[in-house]
Amino acid sequence: MRVRISGGRVIDPANDVDGRQDLFIADGKVVALGRAPDGFTADIDIDATNRVVCPGLVDLRAHLREPGQEHKATIASETRAAAHGGVTTLCSPPTTTPAVDTPAVASLIIRRAEIAGQARVFPLGALTRGLEGRHLSEMAALRQAGCTGVSNDFCAFDNPLILSRAMEYAATFDLTVFVNAQDPHLANNGTAHDGAVSGRLGLAGIPAAAETVAVASCLALVEQIGVRTHFSLLSTTRAAQMIARAQHDGLPVTADVSAHHLHLTENDVLDFDSQCHVMPPLRTLRDRDGLRQWLSRGTIAAICSDHQPHEADAKLAPFGETATGISALETLLPLSLRLVDDGVLTINEMIASLTLRPARILGVEAGDLGPGRRADVCVFDPDHYWVLSRDRLVSRGHNTPFLDWELKGRVTHTLLGGVPVFEYKS
Amino acid sequence: MDKRNIQLDDDGQLRHFLTIEGLKRQMLVDILDAAESFTSVTEQTVKKVPLLRGKTIVNLFFESSTRTRTTFELAAKRLSADVLNINVNASATTKGETLLDTQRNLEAMQCDMFVVRHAVSGAAHFIARHAAPHVSVINAGDGRHAHPTQAMLDMFTIRRHKGDFYKLRVAIVGDILHSRVARSQIHALSTLGVEEIRVIGPKTLIPLEAHTLGVHVHHDLRSGLRDIDVIITLRLQHERMTGALLPSEHEYFQLYGLTEARLDLAKPDAIIMHPGPINRGVEIDSAVADGPRSVILNQVAHGTAVRMAIMAKAMQRLPSLPARELH
Repeated sequence: MRVRISGGRVIDPANDVDGRQDLFIADGKVVALGRAPDGFTADIDIDATNRVVCPGLVDLRAHLREPGQEHKATIASETRAAAHGGVTTLCSPPTTTPAVDTPAVASLIIRRAEIAGQARVFPLGALTRGLEGRHLSEMAALRQAGCTGVSNDFCAFDNPLILSRAMEYAATFDLTVFVNAQDPHLANNGTAHDGAVSGRLGLAGIPAAAETVAVASCLALVEQIGVRTHFSLLSTTRAAQMIARAQHDGLPVTADVSAHHLHLTENDVLDFDSQCHVMPPLRTLRDRDGLRQWLSRGTIAAICSDHQPHEADAKLAPFGETATGISALETLLPLSLRLVDDGVLTINEMIASLTLRPARILGVEAGDLGPGRRADVCVFDPDHYWVLSRDRLVSRGHNTPFLDWELKGRVTHTLLGGVPVFEYKS
Repeated sequence: MDKRNIQLDDDGQLRHFLTIEGLKRQMLVDILDAAESFTSVTEQTVKKVPLLRGKTIVNLFFESSTRTRTTFELAAKRLSADVLNINVNASATTKGETLLDTQRNLEAMQCDMFVVRHAVSGAAHFIARHAAPHVSVINAGDGRHAHPTQAMLDMFTIRRHKGDFYKLRVAIVGDILHSRVARSQIHALSTLGVEEIRVIGPKTLIPLEAHTLGVHVHHDLRSGLRDIDVIITLRLQHERMTGALLPSEHEYFQLYGLTEARLDLAKPDAIIMHPGPINRGVEIDSAVADGPRSVILNQVAHGTAVRMAIMAKAMQRLPSLPARELH
């Protein structure tokens, strides 16, 4: 299939491209930018006038719920939501049922995503068997099955020695260790940030130190072991400062933040709004501003969705008894664009934090529209205002605090390997 | 989500009573005035008024409590309502029914008011948010969050003994962190305009940013009690005495236990309050609990009248009953 995307502003941070040019795609790959190759005739012509053309978004954290929680969502339903959100590559955590601790589970996820054909899925393998924090998983086999990294998600380790050994073993196979830094003892089954709002509402608090203590101990191990480590979902300014220092010292560490942590704060939990029950918890305004600042400096390299679709009942209970997470794939781009309006990032930096940088963290071919590269493309209208409503959500999960928000920025086309998988029809 | 104060209806009248926070001073004063009138009802031979005749009130207790449930039941019956007591721990939820299912089933039986106690903060808000239009919800204690009717009976007791709130200094001693009573008392005292609220206890029992609630934090009982008009001691739950919060009951009593000697630091006419039940020799000495400055039993006595006032207010039956008629 040959596709021509014409008249759009092509922004491709991987190749320092930013300008009004045509993009030419053939046989799933980018073949030219600017002038059409000799003899090129398009099967599909996409008019991208007044739109931005960029690499398909790469999401470092999206729960797909399959296998094991198909009552919430499936790989097919959520990759379809990804396509609507302009996401062409996504990384799924190992917290499925069973956990991604065998090649069979990893292969099943990859295969089902291939069958669905909406987005490329790279599962993270479990760092320990069953995510129980006791025994190492068979990481070599997981890598061979297609896992690009390993993680224990928020699941606790029996002791720091297990984490140390797991990091060493992962380093043997050049696997990146994805860390959700939260000390389980300090978190103490809390449900909200330990601060003014949790004090007021009588919610059990998770102190900021639960994150910083875990980051500090992890960094000490990284310094010793040298394993490539990615810190997922930072929620505190202090943790970002620590990552910056570690990067300055030459440690192989990267970090991401969720789009909702860049917009919401503990104050959004007032009124016990269970849609704002997330993990790590929404922190203070100072933390939110700090995370924005460290994102703008590049210390936090990527913005992720931390997509967590739920069935309606999961949020229909008192705050502390509800499931954590937001259905977020379809708001990833507009919430990130809001950072451009807020002066936090340039549009080029924003696109880099959603494409090139997460692709590099994952170590996969994505986020690059250079000639010969895979034609995963996102076309969006940066000036299109729309209101997020329940019936607009494609994800099976309708759990989002952003319902009724007026958002700016609309994905109009998504191409996966040169094949259109989504086209916006107003 | 609707961020309006869900306790109030479109006309700004009380519909649910979930927390003191966000209620205007005049509304609290109205409740206290009405409670004053209802105390005379409890002294009559026929201890009933027909304000809620024909209404059905459900005491929906997800957490066991004898005293609070009894005062709510008594208050409802004295308002002539029909009362159902449901101990939910022993019924539907243990069979897997959700909180919302339980609520909807009871609403289908045409109940008019839920008095809810639940171990999770925000449970009463949740029920109120999903309540049918004709149903009112009264929070009888949710997790660590709020126990507003207890706070109102405490305010009633303070007003009876001290009159005006404006010049009072009030100290709350003990486990503030886990206390729904303390949070509601703080909001009530702030709204009613007391001069100063102090919370006193070790750092392990005080919320991290307690000052944002408008209180002064003291870790030393002596400095905290100086020139105080009202001392509220809180129950220290035995299960929280061990572990990492406190080393021992003995040390807690040494540092924060209310003894006659320590009362000298407060004003000579300071009153002593306690929401009960009391742990004698842990948070308060028997001589103080039973002493002349203790108003602990008065608090209990006021519970029914205050809850009658709150129930009638939430069902919007107070305006038709001027306070004087009850005397």
